Amino acid sequence: MSNATNPILKVDGLTVDFLSDDEPVRAVDDVSFHVSRGETLVILGESGSGKSVSTSTVMDLIDCPPGDIVAGSCLFDGVELSGLGAEARRSINGSRIAMIFQDPLAYLNPVYTVGRQIEEVYESHGAGAGKDARAKTIELLRRVGIPEPENRVDFYPHQFSGGQRQRVMIAMAIALKPDILIADEPTTALDVSVQAQILDLLRDLQRETGMALIMITHDLEVASSMADRIIVMNGGKVVETGIAKEVFSNPQHAYTRRLISALPHGNAAEAPNRRSTTIAGKTLLKVEHLTKHYVLASGAFSSKRTFKAVDDISFEVRRGETLGIVGESGSGKSSVARMLLGLNAPSAGKAVFAGENIFEMNEKRLMAFRRKVQMVFQDPYGSMNPRMRVYSIISEPWVIHRDILPKNRWKARVAELLELVGLLPEHADRYPHQFSGGQRQRIAIARALASEPELIVCDEAVSALDVSIQAQVIDLLADLRTRLRLSYIFITHDLPIVRHFADRIMVMKDGKIVEEGQTSALFGAPRHEYTQSLLQAVPKPKWLTQAQ
Amino acid sequence: MITYLGRRAFHSILSVIGLLTLVFFLTRLTGDPSALYLPLDSTAEARAAFARLNGLDQPIYWQFLEYLRDLLQLDFGESLRQNRSAMQVALEAFPETLKLAAVAITLSTALAILVGSLAAARPGSMFDRVASLVSLAGASAPDFWVAIVGILVFAVGLGLLPTSGTGTWAHWIMPTFVLMLRPFGLLVQVVRGTMLSALASPYIKTARAKGLPRQKIIFGHALRNSLLPVVTVAGDLATSLVNGAVVVESIFGWPGIGKLMIDSIIQRDFAVVQSTILVTATAIFILNIAIDLLYAVLDPRIRY
Repeated sequence: MSNATNPILKVDGLTVDFLSDDEPVRAVDDVSFHVSRGETLVILGESGSGKSVSTSTVMDLIDCPPGDIVAGSCLFDGVELSGLGAEARRSINGSRIAMIFQDPLAYLNPVYTVGRQIEEVYESHGAGAGKDARAKTIELLRRVGIPEPENRVDFYPHQFSGGQRQRVMIAMAIALKPDILIADEPTTALDVSVQAQILDLLRDLQRETGMALIMITHDLEVASSMADRIIVMNGGKVVETGIAKEVFSNPQHAYTRRLISALPHGNAAEAPNRRSTTIAGKTLLKVEHLTKHYVLASGAFSSKRTFKAVDDISFEVRRGETLGIVGESGSGKSSVARMLLGLNAPSAGKAVFAGENIFEMNEKRLMAFRRKVQMVFQDPYGSMNPRMRVYSIISEPWVIHRDILPKNRWKARVAELLELVGLLPEHADRYPHQFSGGQRQRIAIARALASEPELIVCDEAVSALDVSIQAQVIDLLADLRTRLRLSYIFITHDLPIVRHFADRIMVMKDGKIVEEGQTSALFGAPRHEYTQSLLQAVPKPKWLTQAQ
Repeated sequence: MITYLGRRAFHSILSVIGLLTLVFFLTRLTGDPSALYLPLDSTAEARAAFARLNGLDQPIYWQFLEYLRDLLQLDFGESLRQNRSAMQVALEAFPETLKLAAVAITLSTALAILVGSLAAARPGSMFDRVASLVSLAGASAPDFWVAIVGILVFAVGLGLLPTSGTGTWAHWIMPTFVLMLRPFGLLVQVVRGTMLSALASPYIKTARAKGLPRQKIIFGHALRNSLLPVVTVAGDLATSLVNGAVVVESIFGWPGIGKLMIDSIIQRDFAVVQSTILVTATAIFILNIAIDLLYAVLDPRIRY
């Protein structure tokens, strides 16, 4: 399949600096790779590894300054790209090399219809205009699986679902049948079942057109399901390169080995079990018939339409136990969390915490309750005041709940909490932006622990983190559970993440619980077809599926 | 859409009524007109007769009720100064202001969009730095000072332009230029700022990856997304111009509503003050509704 002797793109010794305030930072250091027609090359790396910068250079998307291409060559179809003028580069972009991005809502222009944005590709490369371009666009939208393309062509990006938007991006990229399609984290923002559809579409299109596919991802499963060959990047350097199957089954570099072992969905027998070791105690929280309706439209002439975000669900959490709530976007899992924290009022139902219904508490009781239940959010940066030092962030609960700690002990306790979550006491004087994503999530956990909670609700708490950092944060949570006898409600869209962490799992779809059970039972023999489809949607290695 | 317009119109009418009430009582705090319109040595009888004639002898709440009753019959009162319908006086002056405001705001917005976009396309360049300097100077220079210096140099000194008044196209040059200065300066800054953030947004990366020509990326994709804040600020500036550029109209003797308003306040010509405010307030409410509708045209995500 691969034609290594005659690659369509050959990048050699690419080195890129970014000029920051005082000195240049090397983003990409002596990176070489090549890709041939019909082949899929995966560039695997965590955030900051330089994987996006290397392909952006190929597309001439790096602004110079602040970027600075120090060395290296990009040979595309026998032509040295760096020697071409701006106009020649422009004529290659979109027609012979195309690119799709991570977040299609941000990467599509909000004020133009999707049809207009696709037609532009034809117009700017002299490949059609007016009715001709429109007809081609409709045909293209049909090909990528947009229903009713004749009507949808005039819709705006915000009127499509996330998966459909990525289909539109793909349509735009393949409009002129490029030789190379670069896909930069194309499914990272999507639910797992939608991800499977998009990956299928990319594979089909590659088979049809014979284009080369360069896929950038941090997701090992996605990488294994797509790659013919793989290069692994870390800290701007290529640390490992080879045939995908060999890299995955026999990683040579220590970094690759660490990545692959951090994979939460790897071999179940090998992976460390992080479920609670203590036998669950008395019931801490009991939720009965919890329901949340939203009124969508009620006018004088239209009948009332309601949307059931959460539809009559009941469950309980015991002391020292971890309950995983799994569902895709729109399943109602976050609505449950918001109601349990008293951030939203339910339409019906009750939630009894330590013998008292949360929804009937007065202001004073609610304050006391909120001390006992804390939340850790997906985006720790967004949930922290950027102008507050870590010390103030962590000690803030004590300002509100005066009785927890006398003021002269705050400093010592902040240091203690920082050490508890694996940070250093001197970090207390820094600001949130001075930390990495994983460290910020540790600060968020320290803040949650400050009010001495009994239950911590984690809403996609590790979803934004790199896979090796994910494992570290989950380890930390498991460790704290044992030491402090905490209970967790762990909300996620990623079923495999909770496999070795949750004691029980509840699968939600359209506001209802479709399946609930002990973790091992649910993974071993999922009863509901939705659970089965979620498990199946997890990408499988390409070499296994091809063998079938 | 129709319900939205209806609701906006209803709220606007309520606001106008509130405003007129306020203006009615506040103007009457400025003093008694008979002190200005009658000779200093008039007798008490003459003053009483003047007051009776113009309804000024009634208690103030009674005057207000009469004013409201007249409003309902579209009778806006008589000008004390000119002895004719106050509304007619206001409506004669208003088009003069409107013409000047429309020319000034259209020209300055168009120019600012061009200059601001080009500055943002090459931040830090010579053009960008000159544009920033000029716009800052324009936004901060006091208009009365520029107007007076302009008259001294171009009218008195060089004799190229008329000092004041209306009539020929030459009469337009200085008032328009002076009125454009501040809006242009502010708008260049706004356009440059929003264009810079628009040009850094992900969809511009997509446009570059598609291979669009540079002008299309700047004026087609980035500018279109930057227009909302520009419309907001331009609308705000237009409002202040429609209200009558009091200083500029007074200096250049432009017979607009700003000049009329200030003259009527000084002369305690209550009916004219009230009529001018009714006219400008109505125009401003219409302008605001038009700006809201323009938002929806510019951004498909905004729907009423």
